[in-house]
Amino acid sequence: MGIVDQILAGDVRATARVLRDIDDQVPTIHPILKQLYPHTGKAFIIGFTGSPGVGKSTLVDQLTIHYRKQGLTVGILAVDPTSPFTGGAILGDRIRMQRHFLDDGVFIRSLATRGHFGGLTKSTNDMINVLDAMGKDIILVETVGVGQDEVEIANSAHTTVLVTIPGMGDEVQAIKAGIMEIGNIFVVNKADREGSRKTIRELMNLIELGLRHQGQNGWEPPIIQTEAIKSRGIEELGEAIQKHRDFLLANDKSNLRDVLVKRARTQLLEVLKEEALRTLMKRIETRGIALDTLVDQIVEKSTDPYSVVQDLLNNELP
Amino acid sequence: MNKSRKLRILIAKPGLDGHDRGARVIARAFRDAGFEVVYTGCHQTPEQIVSTAIQEDVDLIGLSILSGAHAYSFPRVIELLKENNAEDITVIGGGIFPLEDIPVLKEAGIKEIFEPGTKLHEICAWVDQNVKPRQAMVA
Ligand SMILES: Nc1nc2c(ncn2[C@@H]2O[C@H](COP(=O)(O)OP(=O)(O)O)[C@@H](O)[C@H]2O)c(=O)[nH]1
Ligand SMILES: [Mg+2]
Repeated sequence: MGIVDQILAGDVRATARVLRDIDDQVPTIHPILKQLYPHTGKAFIIGFTGSPGVGKSTLVDQLTIHYRKQGLTVGILAVDPTSPFTGGAILGDRIRMQRHFLDDGVFIRSLATRGHFGGLTKSTNDMINVLDAMGKDIILVETVGVGQDEVEIANSAHTTVLVTIPGMGDEVQAIKAGIMEIGNIFVVNKADREGSRKTIRELMNLIELGLRHQGQNGWEPPIIQTEAIKSRGIEELGEAIQKHRDFLLANDKSNLRDVLVKRARTQLLEVLKEEALRTLMKRIETRGIALDTLVDQIVEKSTDPYSVVQDLLNNELP
Repeated sequence: MNKSRKLRILIAKPGLDGHDRGARVIARAFRDAGFEVVYTGCHQTPEQIVSTAIQEDVDLIGLSILSGAHAYSFPRVIELLKENNAEDITVIGGGIFPLEDIPVLKEAGIKEIFEPGTKLHEICAWVDQNVKPRQAMVA
């Protein structure tokens, strides 16, 4: 059996290895992804974003229990930051998900942001597609913080959950600053802590303000209180997600189509970026010039970045 | 542009004791050496360790132990890797145990055992030299 058929049959090892190749941006991965693509589109994708420590992994763990009880299979992608100094990373989200390690119906993959040439959005989207093709019913994606990557990854999910905790005024400001429109559901976790009501009030005001100009097609984002470590509020969160799913499917799936269009556009542009970059880098290589040599020339002002790229684009070598 | 292939390592702590200081120290050392470390916390059974290693597609499993459970859990990890056609994943161990156990563990398939007092940079250098990220898949 080829690797594609193995994945379609739900083979864990084959899936894990292909995810690795996606992560490492191995060029040979695209033919595999191409064959998997027609088999995607069945999974429901839920994104979780919020600052470190707010309880995203704990919520993912709890929701996994929720979905497993319904007999649904779950794929989890958990992103942690790469150290900008060493390029290494400690990926610790699994600590909160131990109870699922021996469940065949759950596949968990940790990944690092890596940085350098970006690509997190692309690799996450590709990985979602692989888990989808492998047959997972629900895909939960956890990302840290509220940066550009997170916003883009949120564009890939059917439902995006923004997680915060009481007493994080800055957090609410950050939400205000630009990610309001990506949140379909707001969660105030650690509701056992002081200031929960105040945070909810602040969020309510923001949502009301935001609703006037954000593009959610009439969806009003609910605010759910949870205490994830005690499994409190998980049913309510599950219901809210289901409501949003129903909303996407209503009116002949017109809202779902908006999500799919956004996702397809992101994916197309990401593949274009990666392949274009790869092609041009290869051209540099074929000419026997080191990237560093070009950089040096730019520093010495014997050329400039624009001329270098123009030149690479114009003079195609066989 | 290809990002270079990164080494992925699982640091796991089998056994019943809840002290994972040693495991955390080595996890940080590996991160600082530029590796990606999957960390899963205490009380891991061999079954959980191997399942995680496969899902995370790691190149190396580092087992940390204090409680004396190594005699069972280390060989069991090797056995389960074989059962899952994943014996290409290198396994190393570190922690506190009787020195006379080391040959037995190596015999069982543990590639290297680091005794207490081994310098962290020595362990990182060993990994650098002995473990290579695996080859890409082809359609
Ligand atoms: N008090 C309290 N602590 C929680 C709650 N949910 C999670 N935590 C704790 O918050 C810490 C961070 O949780 P984690 O899920 O790893 O957060 P993440 O970084 O957002 O993924 C852990 O120690 C959790 O046990 C909660 O509802 N109440
Ligand atoms: Mg987390």
